[in-house]
Formats: sequence, structure tokens, C-alpha cells
Amino acid sequence: MVTMAVQVAGNAEVHIPLRINLQRVEARRKLRAFALAVPLLLFILITFIFPIARMMFDAVHDNTLLKLMPQTAAALSAWDGKDLPSEGAYAALAADLKHAWAQKTAGAIGKRINFELPGAASQVASSSREANALSTGPYKAALIEINPLWAQPEVWAVLKRGGSSYTPSYLLRSVDYQYGPDSQIVALPTDSAIFRDVFLRTFGISIGVTAITLLLGFPLAYLLATLPSRVSNLLMMLVVLPFWTSLLVRTTAWVVLLQSNGVVNDVLMTLHIISQPAELIFNRVGTIVAMTHIQLPLTLLPIYSVMKTISPNYVRAARSLGAGPFYGFWKVYFPQTIPGIAAGCLLTFILCLGYYLTPALVGGPSDQMIAYFIARYTNEELNWGMASALGAILLTATLLLYYVYNKLVGVDQLKMG
Amino acid sequence: MVTGALAAAGFAAGALLPPRPAFASEQLTIISWGGGYQDVQLRKSFFEPFTKATGIKITEDQWNGEVSKVRAMVQTNTVNWDVLDVGVGIGELCSHGLVETLNWNRLGLDRTKFLGDDKTLDCGVPHHASSTVIAYDRTKLKNGPKTIADFFDLQKFPGKRAMQKGPTSNLEWALVADGVLIKDVYKVLATPAGVDRAFKKLDTIKKDVIWWTAGTQPAQLLGNGQVVMSTAWSGSINNAVKESGLPLEIMWDAQMLSLDFWVIPKGARHLDEAYKFLAFGGSPKPQADMTRYGNNGPANKDAMALVDPTIGPNLTTSPAHMANSLEFDYSFWGDKRDELNQRFTAWVVQQ
Repeated sequence: MVTMAVQVAGNAEVHIPLRINLQRVEARRKLRAFALAVPLLLFILITFIFPIARMMFDAVHDNTLLKLMPQTAAALSAWDGKDLPSEGAYAALAADLKHAWAQKTAGAIGKRINFELPGAASQVASSSREANALSTGPYKAALIEINPLWAQPEVWAVLKRGGSSYTPSYLLRSVDYQYGPDSQIVALPTDSAIFRDVFLRTFGISIGVTAITLLLGFPLAYLLATLPSRVSNLLMMLVVLPFWTSLLVRTTAWVVLLQSNGVVNDVLMTLHIISQPAELIFNRVGTIVAMTHIQLPLTLLPIYSVMKTISPNYVRAARSLGAGPFYGFWKVYFPQTIPGIAAGCLLTFILCLGYYLTPALVGGPSDQMIAYFIARYTNEELNWGMASALGAILLTATLLLYYVYNKLVGVDQLKMG
Repeated sequence: MVTGALAAAGFAAGALLPPRPAFASEQLTIISWGGGYQDVQLRKSFFEPFTKATGIKITEDQWNGEVSKVRAMVQTNTVNWDVLDVGVGIGELCSHGLVETLNWNRLGLDRTKFLGDDKTLDCGVPHHASSTVIAYDRTKLKNGPKTIADFFDLQKFPGKRAMQKGPTSNLEWALVADGVLIKDVYKVLATPAGVDRAFKKLDTIKKDVIWWTAGTQPAQLLGNGQVVMSTAWSGSINNAVKESGLPLEIMWDAQMLSLDFWVIPKGARHLDEAYKFLAFGGSPKPQADMTRYGNNGPANKDAMALVDPTIGPNLTTSPAHMANSLEFDYSFWGDKRDELNQRFTAWVVQQ
């Protein structure tokens, strides 16, 4: 290809003006540079963009009922939703249930209906088994006889909504709403409404941890940036060493330190500061301490690298012009560190939003963040619609916050070092 | 090619076995839970003796009790597992028709000899009984708890307690502690009011509970004094005492007895061999042999006679421990698991 390019260039020299010739060479070079980046772009597309798009799609897409109960869906398309549907719909339901029993899909149907009508799963499964024995109509009375579930308008409303491949149910549930008996949107009862709290908690803990890492990290970064390099290198090692240690190890180390007979409580009791062991773990305190420890280097390092580039002459100049030590710091030094602060805080905040392992190990049940529920729905309950909906809301909220942050700080201000 | 080689090896090995030449097709894929349980307990007491007696080769694999995996196999008609070792999942497998309904005459076993309810015995042959109990450290709690009600009594036993994070056994125990008779527990729990009552009882100790998720955590939490007592799997407490010498004690009142079953997924390729294995796995001898490796008692009542008398009293199924025990209701949990799981998850995260 290189020889070809040279050849073309060589031939063109005679006929084509230099400007176009140069443009062509430039275009080729760009193409080659792009070709080098293609594997990375493909990688990002396959492992990042595609799964996220798929997740956003799954949050609103669910064709379980449409696929597994096609006849019922068709029969219900004309149903007005007021009274129980007619014999035709029941016949379609019986046919679908029979088919489901033969194909062993009754469990999947039950699981989907169960999501909106808790307790329905087993009734669907048993109805499917018994419907298999029905040979002739009328089906309406027979099905209601098999299970009174089929006399409930709610279940028919669920089936009717299942006629569409797209559903807002998962998104609604993620913000503690659900469909009521007449397909109107109502708030979840308080004993099962948890997600608004969990989202607020996720953002609250993330903001808290970010603020604490900034308070702790800023003076330390200043120290590291201004001390003679022999001392600061040693201190830097102390900051970075834990950073290289496995997250799991650091988190479990906190269990050892903070438990009721742990190091911290023992020291405090020996010093007679407290008489009863303080509760430091399996609650919010433990969660915030462990997360702060893990995130501290990530806030600190961008600030440090920005501080390293600030010449001490500016503050000296300010002082020589009569500024006090604080005024000089605040008006001259601090504004120059803002790009580092912005970058460090953003990094920490966004990483905090996705915390899963640390709250699971050192937190209590009321300290679990949204990632815990996403994992739970993905792996344990196998309800990917819910997992996707929670993920989509988290992603959207994060992007919104990023947008606001950008307006306030300006992303062009960010400096990672 | 590998399969070919394996089949050839199987054929060669089979030809060398004197009792009865086995063909390469006579093999069985059995799925269990892995770990020392599968590699030692099951292999020594069930798998190796079975191959020796029948010449049928066993290929082992592992799972984590995922009912959805079995459902996918049965639906797509690609069942390449022949026998499953399953616990609480049997309720769902059974009611959704994902496992063979057993013909006990063909098995040649007497179903009245087994622990477990009728509905569950239609689908599986139980092979041992494990249990969930209350454990405590006898050096730290001189006068330990005597009943389940003590576990819920914050006045008599102040301090933190650990419980497994999930509704099973916790809801049952809450009702027992609240005065429900053991034989009525599932009847009460089947009503919405009963569920409310159980959660209300759990509410009384909620702020003092640390929730565990892995079976080894209770021994650890008790060992370092983080909690005064804990719900625990009796087997893992037994291990902790045997291996780490921790001074842990088990309170057996209202132990939650649950069985592990051999089941055959619907459409298994080697149905005859699977039946032979279930017949063997249900017989007293291997079940009695298994007690040498832990405190799980046999599920075949005839096996107790073959158990070493020195270990008999330690087993989950010893008469003293069985006196006031709660038997896990598979069909109840098969029906209600999703619903109660959701409610529990919501309850546990709210303050």
C-alpha cells in the first residue's frame, strides 16, 4: 500500500496540481490512522456501546406474553377492559395454556405475570397443567373452576398489556410505581417501595464519599506537591501502595479493624474513650470509611498532578504585593487547582455510583446501593427487565448530573495530570 | 475425537470389569453442588460404589441449583444431565413438570421408609437431611438458648444475632417464636395475615440482626464475638468445631430440616441407568456411609441401623434432634418463593 501510494503520487506529479496531490496523500494518511484505530473502535462498539444500547432496550422491551400466549393476545386486542372478557378470549387462553404445558413454558409465563401480580406464578403453572385435560368448551366456566385467578380482571389487564412488546412496567417499578387493577398508574404500597430510597442513598453516599476524599485528599496532595522529593516520594508510596492492593483484600481488612472486637474498638476501650464497643461495621459508618479509603487515591492523584505544575512564584508574587498567607492561597493558588479537583471529584463520584462489593461486605441491608439490586435482579431473580430498567435510570441520572457538572465546572477544565 | 477416545477407554475399562461388561453407552451424568461435599462425601459413598456394583460409568458436573438451566434444557430438548442433586429447588422443578415423575415400583424402594412429603417423593429420592439450626459460642454464652423463642428474646439474650439473608427458615422460626405450633407453621404462613405476623416478629429484633449470605460466615461471626448467636447450617458448624476447634454449640430446638434429592430431568438420555442410580442412592448402605463425613443424617429411615453408634447421636436425624423439628415444605416454597423473596428484600433494606 505504501509503494502504491508513492507510485500514485509519483505519476500524479506530472498531471495533478500539488494542492490536490497533497490532499490525497493527507487523506490516505488519515485513512491509515483510522484503520489503526478500527480494532479499538470495534472493541468499544461490541463491549460497550452495544451492551448499553441493549440494556436500554431491555428496560422497555418485553415480549414474553406476546410470544408465549399469542392467541390470548390476539383475542384480547378488541377487549375493552371493563368486564371479564368473552368466551373467545377464554378459549384462546385455554389453547395457550395447553400449548405452554406441552412446551414447558408455563413457568416463564407465570414468572412474567407474577411480576405484576405477586403469587400468580404457581396458579398459572397449575392452571396450565389442568387446562391440558380440557378438551371442549365452554372454557370460561371451566377455567374459572380450575383457578379463581382467571375471574380476576387484574390478570386480564396484565395479559392485555402483554399484547404489546413494549412495556413501561419495569421503569415504573424502578421508581416505585406500578399498574393498578384498571391499568392506571399507582404508587407501590410503602412496604415494597424501595427504589427511590435506594437511588437517593446511592447519590447521597457517593456525594458524601466524594466530599470526604476531597477534604482529606486536598491537604495531603498539597503536602506531597510541596515537600522535598525525598520525603514526598516516600509519602507517595504510602498513598499508592493500598491503591495497588486488591479491592476485596482492602475491604475485608476493614472488617478486621472495625468489628466489635476489632483493633479500633480495642484501642478505644483500652484508652477508656468508650466503655461499650462502638458499632462501626455492617452499617453506614463502615461503608463510608471503607469506600473513602478505596477512593482517596483516585481523588488525590489528579489534584496532586495539577499542583505539581503550579509554580510557587505566583504565590510569592502575591505575597510580595501584600496579600496575607490565606488570601494568597485562596485567590492565587486555589483557583489553579480547580481542574484537578474537578477531575478527581468526578472520577470518584462516578465510580462510587457503581459500588457493589464494598457495601455488600461492610454495610448493612440499608446501606446497599443500586448496583446491589441490579446484580440481584440479573443473577438471582433472573429478571433482566428490572435489572435493565434500574441500570438505565442510573445511567440517565449520571449523564444528567454530568451535564450539570459540565455547566458548573466545564469539562475542558478537567485535568487528569 | 475426545469423545471417541473416551468411549473407547470406557469400552476397554468396561470389558476388563468382571461382573458384567458395560457398554460405552452405559454411563451417567450426575450434577451436584461441588466442593468437598461432592468430591468426598458423594463420590466415596455413592458414585464409586455404584460404578463398582453396576459397571456404569459416572461423569460428574456441578451446578448452583439454577432451575432456569434445567428449564432451558427441557424446553430445547437438549437434556444432557441424567441425575441432579437438588435441594429446595425440587418444589419448582416438580410443579413445573421439569423432572420425571418417579415410578417407585420400578425403583424397588419402599417410599414409606423415607423422610419427606408425598408430593415431593413423586419427583425425587431423598438421600440425606441437612438442617438449619441456632448456634452459639458456649464460652461466651454460659447459659445458651434453649428454644427458638430465646433467639428472639432481646431481654434474656441481649446483643447482636446473625441470620441468613432470605425469607426461608427465618419466617418459619418467627412464627414458632411467636407461639405458632410447629405443625401449623405452614398453614399460618400460607395466609397473608400469617406472613404479616412473621414479619412483625422479625421486626422486633431487626435492628440487632447482622445478615449472612455464605455458609461459613456464622462460625466466623460467632468466633470473633461479633454476634452472640446465629442461625447456621448444622453441617458448617460441625465442620468449624471439627476443623478449627471453635467452642460452638448447636441448639436443636425447631431445627429446620431440609432434604437433598436425586431427581431425573424430563427427557434424560439414560433413563434406565438413572433409575438404577436412584435405586442405589436411596438404599440404606450408601446413605449410612455418608454419615462418616459429616453430621447430615440419612433420609432412608432404615439407614439409621447401619450408622456407627458413636456418631448416630450427632446426626441431624437422631431421635433427640428430630423430636421437635420443622420439616421444610417444598411445595410451599416452590409456590411462594418469588413473592416472599421480593417482600423480604424490600423489608430488609427499609430501616
